[in-house]
Amino acid sequence: MLLIVCPYCGARPELEFSYGGEAHVARPKDPASVSDAEWADYLYARSNPKGVHAERWRHTHGCARFFNALRDTLSDRFLATYRIGEKRPDLA
Amino acid sequence: MQRFSALSLIRHSLGGHLGWQPQWRSPEPKAEYDAVIVGAGGHGLGAAYYLAKEHGMRNIAVLEKGWLGGGNTGRNTTIIRSNYLYDESAALYDHALKLWENLSQELNYNVMFSQRGVMMLAHTVHDVQIFKRHVHANRANGVDNEWLTAEQAKEFCPPLHIGPGLRYPVLGAALQRRGGTARDDAVAWGYARAADALGVDIIQNCEVTAIRRGTAGGVEAVETSRGAIRTRRVGVSAAGNTSVVMAMAGLRMPLESYPLQALVSEPVKPMFPCVVMSNTIHAYISQSDKGELVIGAGMDAYVSYSQHGALHIPAQTLEAICELFPMFRRMRMLRNWGGIVDVTPDRSPILAKTEVAGLYVNCGWGTGGFKATPGAAHLLAWTIARDEPHPINAPFTIERFRDGVVIDEAAAAAVSH
Ligand SMILES: Cc1cc2nc3c(=O)[nH]c(=O)nc-3n(C[C@H](O)[C@H](O)[C@H](O)COP(=O)(O)OP(=O)(O)OC[C@H]3O[C@@H](n4cnc5c(N)ncnc54)[C@H](O)[C@@H]3O)c2cc1C
Ligand SMILES: [Zn+2]
Repeated sequence: MLLIVCPYCGARPELEFSYGGEAHVARPKDPASVSDAEWADYLYARSNPKGVHAERWRHTHGCARFFNALRDTLSDRFLATYRIGEKRPDLA
Repeated sequence: MQRFSALSLIRHSLGGHLGWQPQWRSPEPKAEYDAVIVGAGGHGLGAAYYLAKEHGMRNIAVLEKGWLGGGNTGRNTTIIRSNYLYDESAALYDHALKLWENLSQELNYNVMFSQRGVMMLAHTVHDVQIFKRHVHANRANGVDNEWLTAEQAKEFCPPLHIGPGLRYPVLGAALQRRGGTARDDAVAWGYARAADALGVDIIQNCEVTAIRRGTAGGVEAVETSRGAIRTRRVGVSAAGNTSVVMAMAGLRMPLESYPLQALVSEPVKPMFPCVVMSNTIHAYISQSDKGELVIGAGMDAYVSYSQHGALHIPAQTLEAICELFPMFRRMRMLRNWGGIVDVTPDRSPILAKTEVAGLYVNCGWGTGGFKATPGAAHLLAWTIARDEPHPINAPFTIERFRDGVVIDEAAAAAVSH
């Protein structure tokens, strides 16, 4: 089970959290003006990387708040967690 | 190729079984092939076999980053069935099921296909309605599926507990009698041996690291950990790694890769006659011919390439198994592992040409592509050889997401199988 550091509550077991998919996927501001291909890309295409993945989590059984995380999808290690609205941390 | 028969077994046993040759070669990669398949799982090996056998393409290679059959093919719980809801899916999965029925003969290799029946349990009114709808839809498509009462389900599978006190009572079941299991490794080995005999080069420990495209955009070559290989046709059949491989050609895919876990018990005498699946409480189980209980757990929640998952996932599955089959409560588990499955938004596969000339993809089989192995392989070969899809896989494009013609099998594929 993963140990996840909620930016509000600290380290808690995975069971307290829900996964929310890839982070920073922005909804097009004016859906009517984008092409079908762009809309499908927003809805369905995901980066799905082998390596660092920016993703959303929700501390459902804790503070109930959403936050973002950077995790290495090969080792499952969390590299950073950060609050919604904060910029993706630069790991370099 | 040394053919297997009762006679050859007897002859070789007299020689102490020392006279068998390796079942496939380990060739060095050539500088150029007419077609290259990425990924030596059952799907990729099978595609190479059908390309050689049915389309006369002999100068082809299957490139595998690890060992053949070491991906999801060798990690799955081998449930085979074709009772999917929509017409497109029923045609696709039943195409595979028909090929399974003759596969051992076709390959001269015992894939241990056993049509022992797949029974899916209904625990809620909603389950009952959905399964009955499936039964009717399947029958309209010529796919066998029948409704059983709880008592009939117990008769078909005596270890099943249907008595009072169950948190999720068994209200009935849908049974596909033509469904069953097969030996996963044997499928990979059987296709590898048969493809090799037709001249296909199977190159293991050869990871594809880049796909080179020419000025006109089409595929020209692949770079690998064993050097560059020129080719104008690349078929990607890399399961959980598909997004990574397709990104090498500059394509973004509607896929996410998740760990899916399974586990087996210590081997015991034959006592479990069929396959039982429960979508609602998420468990599925059968007994291998070796005697182990083969148990499928759920997907972990997050994208990962780690090939293992967290223990609370199989623990939850075992709770469901013990509730349904109280006689297994003292059974000990032997091994637990994970594979990385590539999941599409509509839980249906993608088996298609791509916008890149010469690049073909077979992916998105997610938690349930073992059952499709011969069918997917056959259709991928067709699509590569003719540069156009077979009518059966024509609906399974990438563009269906753009065009809104998804094939939503989330209900049929709700349990990871
Ligand atoms: C635990 C578990 C249980 C399952 N249970 C069932 C079930 O009961 N019934 C069912 O129908 N399905 C089941 N599945 C799904 C099924 O296993 C897969 O859909 C199917 O085996 C996919 O076959 P494949 O040949 O496409 O993939 P794989 O066997 O995974 O083959 C893909 C190959 O590509 C190789 N590869 C990847 N990237 C590269 C690269 N860059 N270069 C070279 N090679 C590369 C990999 O090493 C791998 O060997 C299960 C899966 C899992 C993990
Ligand atoms: Zn919190």
